Amino acid sequence: MAGATAAPARTGGRPGFWRLLLANRLAAAGLLVLGLIVVAALAAPLLPLPDPDLTAPAERLARPLAPGHPLGTDALGRDILSRLVWGTRVSLAVGLSATLIAAVAGSLVGLVAGYAGGRVDGLLMRGVDMVMAFPYILLALAIVAVLGPGLLNALYAIALVNIPFFARNIRGVTLGLARRDFVAAARLSGRSHAGILFGEILPNVMPVIVVTISTTIGWMILETAGLSFLGLGAQPPRADLGSMLGEGRAVLFTAPHVAMVPGLMIFALVMGINLAGDGLRDVLDPRLRSGALTRPVARTKVARRRVPALTPDPAAVLDVRGLETEFEIGGEVHRAAGGVDLKLGRGECLGLVGESGSGKSVTAMSIMGLVPTPPGRIAGGAALLDGEDLFGMPDEAIRRLRGAAVAHVFQDPLSTLHPLLTVGAQLVEAIRAHAPLTRRAAEARAEELLGLVRIPNPAERARAYPHELSGGMRQRVCVAMALANDPEVMIADEPTTALDVTVQARILALIERLRRERDAAVLFITHDFGVVSTICDRVAVMYAGRVVEEGPTRAILEAPAHPYTARLIACVPVLGAPHRRLDAIPGRPPPANRLPEGCAFAPRCPRATADCRAGEIALGGRGGGRAVRCLHPLAPGERA
Amino acid sequence: MSGAAFLDIDRLERVFGGGRTLFGRARPGVHAVREVTLDLRRGETLGIVGESGCGKSTLARMIVGLDRPTAGRITLDGRDLVAEARRDPRALARRIQYVFQDPVASLNPRRTIRAILEAPLRHLRGLDGAARGRRLADLMEAVNLAPEHLDRYPHEFSGGQAQRIGIARALAAEPDLIVLDEPVSALDVSVQAQVLNILDGLRERFGLTYVFISHDLAVIESVSDRVAVMYFGHLVEIGRVADVFARPRHPYTRLLLASVPAPGRAVAPPEEGEAELPDPYHPPPGCPFHARCPRRSDICLTAFPPRDSAPGRADHLSACYHPEGDD
Repeated sequence: MAGATAAPARTGGRPGFWRLLLANRLAAAGLLVLGLIVVAALAAPLLPLPDPDLTAPAERLARPLAPGHPLGTDALGRDILSRLVWGTRVSLAVGLSATLIAAVAGSLVGLVAGYAGGRVDGLLMRGVDMVMAFPYILLALAIVAVLGPGLLNALYAIALVNIPFFARNIRGVTLGLARRDFVAAARLSGRSHAGILFGEILPNVMPVIVVTISTTIGWMILETAGLSFLGLGAQPPRADLGSMLGEGRAVLFTAPHVAMVPGLMIFALVMGINLAGDGLRDVLDPRLRSGALTRPVARTKVARRRVPALTPDPAAVLDVRGLETEFEIGGEVHRAAGGVDLKLGRGECLGLVGESGSGKSVTAMSIMGLVPTPPGRIAGGAALLDGEDLFGMPDEAIRRLRGAAVAHVFQDPLSTLHPLLTVGAQLVEAIRAHAPLTRRAAEARAEELLGLVRIPNPAERARAYPHELSGGMRQRVCVAMALANDPEVMIADEPTTALDVTVQARILALIERLRRERDAAVLFITHDFGVVSTICDRVAVMYAGRVVEEGPTRAILEAPAHPYTARLIACVPVLGAPHRRLDAIPGRPPPANRLPEGCAFAPRCPRATADCRAGEIALGGRGGGRAVRCLHPLAPGERA
Repeated sequence: MSGAAFLDIDRLERVFGGGRTLFGRARPGVHAVREVTLDLRRGETLGIVGESGCGKSTLARMIVGLDRPTAGRITLDGRDLVAEARRDPRALARRIQYVFQDPVASLNPRRTIRAILEAPLRHLRGLDGAARGRRLADLMEAVNLAPEHLDRYPHEFSGGQAQRIGIARALAAEPDLIVLDEPVSALDVSVQAQVLNILDGLRERFGLTYVFISHDLAVIESVSDRVAVMYFGHLVEIGRVADVFARPRHPYTRLLLASVPAPGRAVAPPEEGEAELPDPYHPPPGCPFHARCPRRSDICLTAFPPRDSAPGRADHLSACYHPEGDD
């Protein structure tokens, strides 16, 4: 099954390396300039150029476009075009070799230091620090002074002074990788230290090395030019860009083109390398890969193909009708929510249950437009809050409702709270965003809220930073923040999944109590039937982006009608019934970009027949407030 | 402990940090595992439960040799494991293997499944090419994966498949003991059942011994023969799973069991007041649970309670001055 889904996904999924790189205009321009220069430099022996070292005093300092000398001649009458091409060849070769030497030596130091840690790390990195503490040009001068001037010695000098740059970069990455589980796993597989370092870690560090090379090479060419300019690199008559610049300096005022031409070439070359290097980094760097370069807008795009009837239901505070949310990734459309209907009465707790990928979080995030665009969009349906369509409202109205009438509590309180502000300051901010209170009044209200969620000593805890609180305390702060503006609806997305069981019990009790006291409706998203059974009045089970069954919690848990619900309940171990056989569901949910026709669960369902695989199956009522999207629902007591 | 013990852990300690600075000032240290003593019989599954920060993962990593104890002994069939891990880590890896909590993070993203599974066969079992090929096919069959998956990369697999690859890698070393550190916590419930069933089948087929770590009491109850409950680095209760879960002796075990949400149970929190773990840098004297304990008395502040067996059940031990069931 995985075979069918994995293979085509690669072609249609993330765009390829070259497409991404060329989509970046600046990088493409840099690459083009660089390519032209490199081709010219490589082809130097083949091009019909005069000897670059041939002097002709009679033709000295000819201006550009002089006959036979398109870029003129220098003070000794040598053809500048020819010297430029040959000089670029030398500069490129020196810059490239110096970079490679520095990359190999520096990466080796970084890899060993980062992997070994402890004393080895200290020793190596202090050595590197010492090289860094020395002004690089002085160090290069000292090396050249000892070894004598010459291109090769300049190359060594530049390579040496750039080793720290690689060593520090690579050490940092290695340090992180060396503590990863897969390294521990390799150790338990019997691999030697060298095997782990070069077989397991190096392949993961390679992109960072390549990125570092691409950003260093331009710098290296500049440094080579600098040393040659000072007369320490290329020796006459040999041309490189730095020495040409140095020779041009003497005649800068009488014949500016002699210095200008190599100067412009250095500029074009380094600029081309840097632009291409930046582009390469954006594509390759694992730290930027996870979409950090695409900036989602403040609200999910609404592009509805279908808008249902908007006649309000007076019994419902939140009424989601036919919600469709899609993600467009690499030209393919993933239907995360495919027509979801949910009704939430005042003061009611509705559990939204499903496995990862079932669309339960996307549904919850869609309501207030929190699904990131790009790539997400709301493609159909409506969400009525007190009878008003949220998807049709202007951005400003939605902003005013967020955190006020509709509040969210997320799974991970540590990433929800700002790490650099005290929890009190964050509460004050949440209060003042919606209520015209003075700072002092808001602070008093913040303390009151912290007391409400049973945080001991609220005045003192308000001054604490999130990291100073335990996970359970942090989640209470998040609940307090959600309550700050007396919400009508609280959307809690797996609020206890990251918490320990004793802490979970307290947060559940807290949410339950606040719901009863304040009559707020709660949409509680979870994958845990135990949690559902303790706090939800009704439950909706989602599979592959649709609600497959809905009804009162007890009725559904005791006698599920949809085969998926039944099998999902059957595969959860229950405390106190250890000998119950765990019935795993065979297969996997369908991918959201290739949903099957008919019932999405049919391929895994033991009761499926031919009619399950064709046409739309409606969520049909069964009495007792229950509804099921199945042609062959289970009778009470029947096993799937 | 009994002479028949297969794995014997004796007063194991692990302190992170600590020691002294260059100028002789004491550095703060965290006592992650404190005087843990337990034993394991061949072929049984020992569950270890506890909440985050209780030291269960540190204990697991010390058993497989990924971490070294500060004090205490671990012996396997009478041989000192800590010395063995230092002298010949491969010999240890042939006997004890480990399955990680995060299945995807435990697979190198840049190596194929074949390369990942071949490593233990080559380095630990010294198999040649043809023999490795045969073993790979067996291993994939054992964890119920198609052999054509071998040439794929880890990112192409779902969490459940990745965890089965992690289990296959542990099996490849042909160990006697596998330490499973929260092996199903990162998985969806339907996948969790698949993996639990596979683990159960493998245990019977290869005569494996498991140390199964989890925070999920229902999972522990369904897989374990015996269970050990940890709190704040201490082992507070150990015994047959039926005894411990039906008649817990330590108030913390009682609290854990009462906190599991279940149908028909009230939402009222099983404890009131400030239910925080003690500060690990400044551990309280005596029993670390006393601040949360409904049965506490003055004696609880004096020293950590000694381990006592339940009346009539010599293998059900708890470290509490006022165990439940005595009154």
